[in-house]
Amino acid sequence: MDNLNLFPILPELFLAIVAMILLVLGVFRGNDATRFISWASVGALTIAMLMLGAQDAGSSVSILNDMFLQDRFTLFVKFWVIVGLVMSIALSVQAIDQDKIAKFEFPVLMLFAGIGMLLMVSASDMLSLYMGLELQSLSLYVLAAIRRNHVASAESGLKYFVLGAISSGMLLFGISLVYGFTGTTNFALIGETLSSGLSLGAALGLVFILAGLAFKISAVPFHMWTPDVYEGAPTPVTAFFAIVPKLAALALLARVLFVTFEPFQEQWTQILWILSVATMVVSTFAALRQESIKRLLAYSSIGNMGYVLIGFVAGGEQGLAAVLVYMPIYMIMTAGVFGVVMCMRRDDLALENISDLAGMSKHHPVLAYVMAALMFSMSGIPPLAGFFGKLIIFQAAVASGQLVLAVIGVLVSVVAAYYYLRIIKTMFFEEGIGQFEGGMELSRKLIIGLSLLFVMLFIFNPSPLVEAARAAAHSLF
Amino acid sequence: MMIDFSILSILTFLPLLGVLFILLVRGNDELVALNSKRVALYTSLFNFALSLVLLVRFDPAQADFQFVEKHTWFSAFDIAYHMGVDGISLFFILLSTFLVPVCIIASWNSIKTRVREYMIAFLVLETFMIGTFCALDAVLFYIFFEGVLIPMFIIIGVWGGARRVYSAYKFFLYTLLGSVLMLVGLLVLMFQTGTSDIPTLMQNPVVGTLQMWLFVAFFASFAVKMPMWPVHTWLPDAHVEAPTAGSVILAGVLLKMGGYGFLRFSLPMFPLATEFFAPVIFWLSVIAIIYTSLVALRQSDMKKLIAYSSVAHMGFVTLGIFTATTQGIEGGIFQMISHGIISAALFLCVGVVYDRLHTREIARYGGLVKNMPKYATVFMILMLGSVGLPGTSGFVGEFLTLMGAFQVDTVVAVFATTGVVLGAAYMLMLYRRMFFGGKLPKDAEAMKDLNAREHLVLVPLVLMVLWLGIAPGFVMERVAPSVEKLIGQYEAGLMAGGKKNG
Repeated sequence: MDNLNLFPILPELFLAIVAMILLVLGVFRGNDATRFISWASVGALTIAMLMLGAQDAGSSVSILNDMFLQDRFTLFVKFWVIVGLVMSIALSVQAIDQDKIAKFEFPVLMLFAGIGMLLMVSASDMLSLYMGLELQSLSLYVLAAIRRNHVASAESGLKYFVLGAISSGMLLFGISLVYGFTGTTNFALIGETLSSGLSLGAALGLVFILAGLAFKISAVPFHMWTPDVYEGAPTPVTAFFAIVPKLAALALLARVLFVTFEPFQEQWTQILWILSVATMVVSTFAALRQESIKRLLAYSSIGNMGYVLIGFVAGGEQGLAAVLVYMPIYMIMTAGVFGVVMCMRRDDLALENISDLAGMSKHHPVLAYVMAALMFSMSGIPPLAGFFGKLIIFQAAVASGQLVLAVIGVLVSVVAAYYYLRIIKTMFFEEGIGQFEGGMELSRKLIIGLSLLFVMLFIFNPSPLVEAARAAAHSLF
Repeated sequence: MMIDFSILSILTFLPLLGVLFILLVRGNDELVALNSKRVALYTSLFNFALSLVLLVRFDPAQADFQFVEKHTWFSAFDIAYHMGVDGISLFFILLSTFLVPVCIIASWNSIKTRVREYMIAFLVLETFMIGTFCALDAVLFYIFFEGVLIPMFIIIGVWGGARRVYSAYKFFLYTLLGSVLMLVGLLVLMFQTGTSDIPTLMQNPVVGTLQMWLFVAFFASFAVKMPMWPVHTWLPDAHVEAPTAGSVILAGVLLKMGGYGFLRFSLPMFPLATEFFAPVIFWLSVIAIIYTSLVALRQSDMKKLIAYSSVAHMGFVTLGIFTATTQGIEGGIFQMISHGIISAALFLCVGVVYDRLHTREIARYGGLVKNMPKYATVFMILMLGSVGLPGTSGFVGEFLTLMGAFQVDTVVAVFATTGVVLGAAYMLMLYRRMFFGGKLPKDAEAMKDLNAREHLVLVPLVLMVLWLGIAPGFVMERVAPSVEKLIGQYEAGLMAGGKKNG
C-alpha cells in the first residue's frame, strides 16, 4: 500500500470539502446566502481548475488501489466538465431568483453532481464508476424536483428518479455479470481477462452496461425520459442537464468501451451503430413536431448524442478525439442557447413555447441575432463552430470506413436544420406581442456573449482544441 | 508572380470590416439607416476598385494560379488557408464585386425596414462569394460555399415577398442537402489522397470506381446550386420571393458557384467519371433548356419568367462545360459571366416597375413604351442580350457552347439550339406584353421614367452587355490559358485512366 498519493484526486477532495462547508453555511444562513454560495462555488471550481492544471499531464497515475486514474484524457474531460459547471452555475444565479427557487441547496447540489462527474471520469474500476455515477444521479434527481410545489417539476423529478434507478439497476446487473465471469471489477484487468475470448455471460454484461450508460446519455431507445424531464424541470436545471452530465457519461463510456471491452470492439461497434442511427433519426423527426422550446432542445441534445456516437463507432484515437472536439463545442453552444431561453419571461413567468419567440428580432435584435448564430451553428453551417464539430465527426467516420453512417448522419443533419431554422423563422419572420421582461444580469450576458464569440471565432484557430483532444484520446490507447 | 500585399485576403475580408463599422453606427433610426447604407456602399465600391487592381495586375499569359497566399490555418488536419485566382475564377470575383454595390444602390430606397441588417447581410454575402472563388483549399471552399446560405436565407426570409418563409426554407434545405453530400465526398477525397489542397488534387485525380461516387457526391451539390433540371424547383420560388437585390445576387453570382464548382472539381479531379456521365448531363441540360423555356413561355409573373430563363441559360453552361472542349468550356464561362450581368440587370428592371406599382404581373403592364421610353430602351438591350443577339454578350456564350456541343454530339446540339429560338420567343413575348401590348392601365400610365439612381444602376450593366458582346476578347484572352490547362489536366486524367478516345 504505497499509494497514499492523494495529489491526483486533490480537485475532487477540495470541491467536496468546499461543498460541505457551503452546505453547512446554507443551513445557518438560509436562502439569503444562495447568491453567495453560487459565486463561492464558481470560485471553488476555478481553484479546482488550477489544481487540475498543476497535475502532471504527461503520465498516467493510478491511486487508491487502482480505483482512481489520472491521465491526459481525464484531465481534458475534467477541464470541460468544470467549464460546463461554471457556465451552468453562472447561468442559474439570476434564473433561480426569477423562478423563485433560489434555495441554497441549488448550487450545492450542482457542486455535488459535479464531484460525481469528476469521479466518474477518473473511475478505473466498476465500483468507483458506480459510486461517481450515483453521486451525480442522486443530485440530479433532487435538482429536477427542486420546485417541489410545482406539479411538472415534481413529476419530472420522479420520472427521472424511477427511470434512472432502472438504468442504474441494469448497469449494476451488467457489472455483476462481468464480475462473475471475470472475477474482477478493475477495468484494465477485465480487459485482460476478456482478451482470451468473450463468454456469453460477459457479453450479456456488456449489453447491460451499455444499456445503462445509453440511458445516461439518452441514446434512443433509452431516451424517453429526456423530453419530459427537460420540459418539467426548471430552466436552469434543464440547462445544467443539457450542458454537463453527458460529457462525463461519454467519458465513462469511452473508458469502458475502449479499455475494458477493447477486445470486442467489433461486437459493440454493431450495437453502437444501431444506437447512433436510431438516435439521430428518431430525435430529429420527433423534434420537428415540438411546440415547447425545452422539448425541442431535449430532442436536439439527443440528436447530438447520435452524432457523438458516430465518433465511437468510428473508433480508435481518431474517433474518440472527434468526440472530444464535438462535446466542448456542443456544450458552449448549448450554454448560450439556454442563456437566451432564460430571457424569455413575461408577467413573471417563464415562456416555454417556440411561438413565444415571435417578433424577437424586433424587440430584442441583439439577442435574436445571437440566437440565430447559435442555431445556424447547431445545424452545422460553416463558418460557425458547430460545423467543425460535425466536420471532425464525419471525418473520423469516413476515415474508418463508416461511409453509410456518415451519409445517414449528413442527411439527418439537413432534416435537423429544418427545426433549428424554425426557431430563426419564428424570431425573424413572425410578429410578436412585445418585449420580454426581467432583464439580464451581467453573468448571463457574459455567458451568452462568450458563447457567441466562441461560435463565431472558432474558425480562426480550430487547431488547439483538436490537438488537445487528440493528445487526450491518445492516452487511452 | 510575387505580390507585395495580400490582395485576395483583403478583397475577401474587407466587407467584414464594413460590417464592423456598420455595427458601430449610432443614432436614431433614420441616421443609422443612412449611415449603414453609406458605409456599405463605400466599402463595396472600394472593394470593386480593389478588384480592378486585381484585374490590371493579373497576368493574362499565365495559366497557373496567381496572387497565391498560403498560410497554415487548421494544421491539425493539414488544411491550409490557401487562396489564389486563375483565369477561370478571375471574372467571377469581378462579377461579385461589381454586383454588390449595384445591389446596394438598387436597394437604397426600396428597403425601408432593418436597413442596417440588410446591409450587413449583403457585405457578409460578398465575403463568402469572393472567398468561394478564391479558395484553393477544398475545405476552405466548402466553408465559403456553404456560408452563403446564412445571409441569403435571412435576405429572402426577412425582406422577401408574401411567401418568403416557404421560399427561404426551400432554398436553404435544397442547397444544404446537396452540399452535405459534397461534404462527405470531400472527406472521402481527403482521406484517399491525404490532402485538401485543390491544385494538388487537380494534378492527381483519384483512381478507380471511387471517381464515380465522388463525382456523384459533388454533382449533387453543384447541380442544385446551378440549378440543373430536375433540381431547379427552388430557384423560381426563391427568385419570386426574394427582394430585388437578393434576386440579383442569386442570379448574378450564386448560380455561378455551381458552374465554377464543376470546373474546379469535377473536370480535373474526376475526369473518367466526367466522361462517363457527360451524356447524361448533356440530356439533362437539353431538357433544362427546352422544358424550362416552355415553362417560361407560360409565366404571368415577370420574375418567374426570368427565373426559368436562368435555368435554361444555365443549361447551356452545363452543356458547354461537359463537352470538355475549348470552345465549350470557354463558352460556358463566358455564358456565366454574361448571364450574371444580363439576368442581374433584368431583375433590376423588374424592380424598377415593381417599386412603382408593387406587382410583378405582366398583365398589369402594357404599352409602357409611351411613358417610359428610356426604360424601354434599356429593357430592350437586355432582352436582346438574353435572347443572344449578335453584338450582345449573350450571343458569344451561347454560340461557343453550341459550337462545343456540335463537336461532341450533334443530336444534343440540335436540340439545344431550339432553345435559342424558344428563348427568343418568351423574351420577345414578355417585351411585347409589357411595352407595346394593349391599353395602359391608369396607374401604370402615371409611372415616371427611370430616375437618376436607376440610371446609375442600369447604364453600367447595359454598357457591360454591349462591351462584352462587341469585344469578348478581353475576357477570352484571360480565360483561355487556364482553360487550356484545365483541358490538359482533364485529358491527362483520361489518359492515366486508359480511356482516352480520339
